[in-house]
Amino acid sequence: MNCAECEILLHALIDHELDAGHVRDVEAHVTSCSACAEKLRAFRAMRTAMAQAKLKDAASGALRARIEAALPTPSAQLIALRQSFRASRRNFFGGFAAGALLSGALAASLVLSVFHTNQDQITGDEAVSAHLRSLQAGHLTDVETSEQHTVKPWFNGKLDVAPPVIDLTAQGFTLVGGRLDELGGETAAAIVYRRRQHIINVFVSRRQGAERRGEISESRHGFNVRHWAEAGLDFWVVSDINAGELDEFCQKFKAALRLPGAPS
Amino acid sequence: MAVDSEGDKARRFRDAALPYLDDVFTLARYLMRNTADAEDAAQECYLRALRHFDSYRGPAMKPWLLTILRNVCNAEFARRGKHETLAECPEDEAATEQAPFWQEPQASPETAMLQQHDDDTIRHLVDALPARFREVIVLREINDLSYQEIAQVAGVPVGTVMSRLARARSMLRSAWNVAEGATP
Repeated sequence: MNCAECEILLHALIDHELDAGHVRDVEAHVTSCSACAEKLRAFRAMRTAMAQAKLKDAASGALRARIEAALPTPSAQLIALRQSFRASRRNFFGGFAAGALLSGALAASLVLSVFHTNQDQITGDEAVSAHLRSLQAGHLTDVETSEQHTVKPWFNGKLDVAPPVIDLTAQGFTLVGGRLDELGGETAAAIVYRRRQHIINVFVSRRQGAERRGEISESRHGFNVRHWAEAGLDFWVVSDINAGELDEFCQKFKAALRLPGAPS
Repeated sequence: MAVDSEGDKARRFRDAALPYLDDVFTLARYLMRNTADAEDAAQECYLRALRHFDSYRGPAMKPWLLTILRNVCNAEFARRGKHETLAECPEDEAATEQAPFWQEPQASPETAMLQQHDDDTIRHLVDALPARFREVIVLREINDLSYQEIAQVAGVPVGTVMSRLARARSMLRSAWNVAEGATP
């Protein structure tokens, strides 16, 4: 490798965008070329300084409000109104008392199902939103360690539940750390895992009521979401890794959870 | 359910797209170099994105929004009859200047006190880069996109992203050295 090639590739090395073969080539060149070694050092330092500087702008509250206002806001209520309007129009054309009853019942059931659907979706969406928030700079972990015996005690006294913290590093999912989060207005423990460049958030909260629905396996906005309830706890798992790998993660997580003597 | 598809769509769009408002606004600010223009561009971006949300199939929301934002900014430059994003001279005098080796910052209380000043200095240095290099630096260092995603947003091959980024960082480093020498 010559210096001109190295000049381009050392940036890919800094950015972790280089495959193993090229990494070796660049590193070999750098050990024998002090000019390129100095460049690598300087660019790395510059990148670190930029990462530490506050270069990102925050959108103003006014802009946020402007955009919020510009987006349509059909609420469940509005939809319900539209439905009952349609139902009453049908009623008018039908002209029968039975028709009115039927339409009334239909409207009511539509309203119910609309609210019901929203209720279900809010939590799945909230899980994805919480996952997205966690990916914002500096928000991923409050306690950063791959050591489960450090993460678990950290949650003590911060939550009304003791979340299970399971080390799956040996099984290909690195424990990154934990943080406090909020899900559906409730404080939740978030346990963070990494698979390659992908982050997996496991949200654990106290289970509310017995009527919450059981296992959920779905894809939302490009994220895979898994949900189940077990041992009085609600588990939400969100990641952008593919569905198969997330299922593998959930299986291993559940298996470890159910082992005798598992952290509970 | 079909009946709430519109409301559902609007809510899904909010949940998926609004968390990236700071990223969108940041790129807009660095491309337009003006807060008011950046806010207009960000708003237009979200309205366009909502219109095209039905056809959105991923892979990731952030680069998708930034692609739209970039198109909005380019359209605005075109409307003004300027060609800032396309015809700006890529050569930069500072890039060829020889400057002393860049000093690695020390994590000391003294440098912490200088942090605010440093942030502003770095912002000015980034703002001073020619558009196509500024764009690639912001997408990489501030919006934190992968090379593949930058290629998607900028509409160029990954190889071009790599060479632009190398050039952009060289220019930035030279300007940085000059600025550091000038800092009292």
